[in-house]
Amino acid sequence: MIGWLSRHLQALVFALGRLARAPVATLFTAVVIAIALALPAGFLLLTHSVRDVAGNATTVDLTVYFKREVPLESVQQLAAHLRQRNGIESVAVITADDALALMRKDSSLAEALGALPDNPLPHALSIHPAADASSSTSLGALRQYLTAWPEVELVQLDSDWVRRLDAILLLMQRITLGIGTLLGIGVLAVIGNTIRLEINGRRQEIEITQLVGGSAAFVRRPFLYTGALYGLLGSLLAAGIVQTAGALVAGPVNQLARSYGSQFALQPLGVQGLGLMLGVGGVLGLAGAWLAAARHISRLQPRA
Amino acid sequence: MIRFDRVYKRYPNGREALSSVSFDIAAGEMVFLTGRSGAGKSSVLRLITLLERPTRGLVNVLGHDTQRVGVSKVPAFRRQVGMVFQDHRLLGERSVFDNVALPLVVAHTPLRETDKRVRAALDQVGLLDRIQALPGELSVGEQQRIGIARAIAPRPALIVADEPTGNLDPQLSREILGLFCRLRDAGSTLVIASHDMALVNESGARQIHLDGGRVIP
Ligand SMILES: Nc1ncnc2c1ncn2[C@@H]1O[C@H](COP(=O)(O)OP(=O)(O)OP(=O)(O)O)[C@@H](O)[C@H]1O
Ligand SMILES: [Mg+2]
Repeated sequence: MIGWLSRHLQALVFALGRLARAPVATLFTAVVIAIALALPAGFLLLTHSVRDVAGNATTVDLTVYFKREVPLESVQQLAAHLRQRNGIESVAVITADDALALMRKDSSLAEALGALPDNPLPHALSIHPAADASSSTSLGALRQYLTAWPEVELVQLDSDWVRRLDAILLLMQRITLGIGTLLGIGVLAVIGNTIRLEINGRRQEIEITQLVGGSAAFVRRPFLYTGALYGLLGSLLAAGIVQTAGALVAGPVNQLARSYGSQFALQPLGVQGLGLMLGVGGVLGLAGAWLAAARHISRLQPRA
Repeated sequence: MIRFDRVYKRYPNGREALSSVSFDIAAGEMVFLTGRSGAGKSSVLRLITLLERPTRGLVNVLGHDTQRVGVSKVPAFRRQVGMVFQDHRLLGERSVFDNVALPLVVAHTPLRETDKRVRAALDQVGLLDRIQALPGELSVGEQQRIGIARAIAPRPALIVADEPTGNLDPQLSREILGLFCRLRDAGSTLVIASHDMALVNESGARQIHLDGGRVIP
């Protein structure tokens, strides 16, 4: 165990030394990797921000209109029953009188309404679903449930734009996935090529190590560490890029969103996001180095 | 320890370097491979160290039928053999210490033990005072001795040397021969390719004489 640890520590120190000895070249490679990682990361962050808004501010209220003959007590009972249900944040009872008063206040129908002998409006409930139950499917289910009540005349729900937002989110996710995959392959190629050059530059050393009985794993190990370090360094830089870009546009974006009455806000990367980026970068670096090592080290056959 | 049985080696360019070569080398023996340039001495050593595989015939080393030693087993096999190369094969950017330590490092020898063995090996070739030097700062003969120190540092049971005294003056050559004799007396088996006939004869050791890829009895 200690031997294993010291072997890896040795390879790590060796790889770090290599990178540190050529700081400019290392930085260039890291910047290329960083740009390739920053793009999908930024997109992912944007998608998350949008989804967050969709989750909070876009919950759609349902309005339940009762049949005219249903008395207010039954409506209130049903409201109390609904409040016990999962996925419902609040239920407000709108009595026929309230509704009429409201209509009188802002409707151009006020005069016509005034001419009526009695209140033509039914009692109603305004239901505000919980954030985690406002996808179009769960709203649809709720609507079906309410419609099945015999006292209910009509359930109104404007879910069209929820569906639209869902579609946009899905599209953004797909685009992120596409860009991420493409640029991930790019990172793999950049690191693979860098490691290939490194292997070529140290050909003699590799050969001699093989001659004295260095195993494939022993020869490969420092290169794997180099690749992983490139990936980590690149993703660290990428996180910096994303964070900086986010800070630059956050002000205007939030202002714009507020002017539309939206609570949309660009989210910062956060510890989780940083961890994810480092993980992805490290794994890509390791994989790229592995591919290069598997391909190019085995081709070096020692001669004597 | 080593057995060649009707071994043929034909290189990819069609050159037949060895034809029906057979010999036995017992454990604890020191044997010289002699013959003119191009006779096939290095080819024999390359077959012993698995740098090449025979085209035909049996090569048995340290109890292994080398034909059965797969690619992944070659490193472990080589760690049992100390090799001295005709062209030294030192790492130019690493110190003498690092060079001699390399076979110990790849074998995951503990640091303290590595340090001890490197010093002992350098002492044996008379270059302990150059432990910090870079190979480029050494004479060719000194580099050769560093190569020898690297081969003997892990104390392998089998040492294979290709022209180990090729760049040494007669005085140093004799010292190296003395070292080899001491290693043999300590139980090592040595196979040494050399065309320094004076030295070979002085050693009194057995010779396997090659000519045109054949063993001359
Ligand atoms: N890799 C190779 N490819 C093709 N031919 C080779 C190769 N290595 C050696 N030969 C040929 O095989 C023959 C034997 O070569 P080898 O190196 O074994 O000779 P040697 O006895 O060690 O010679 P020297 O004393 O000059 O080192 C030579 O004719 C040489 O040209
Ligand atoms: Mg030779």
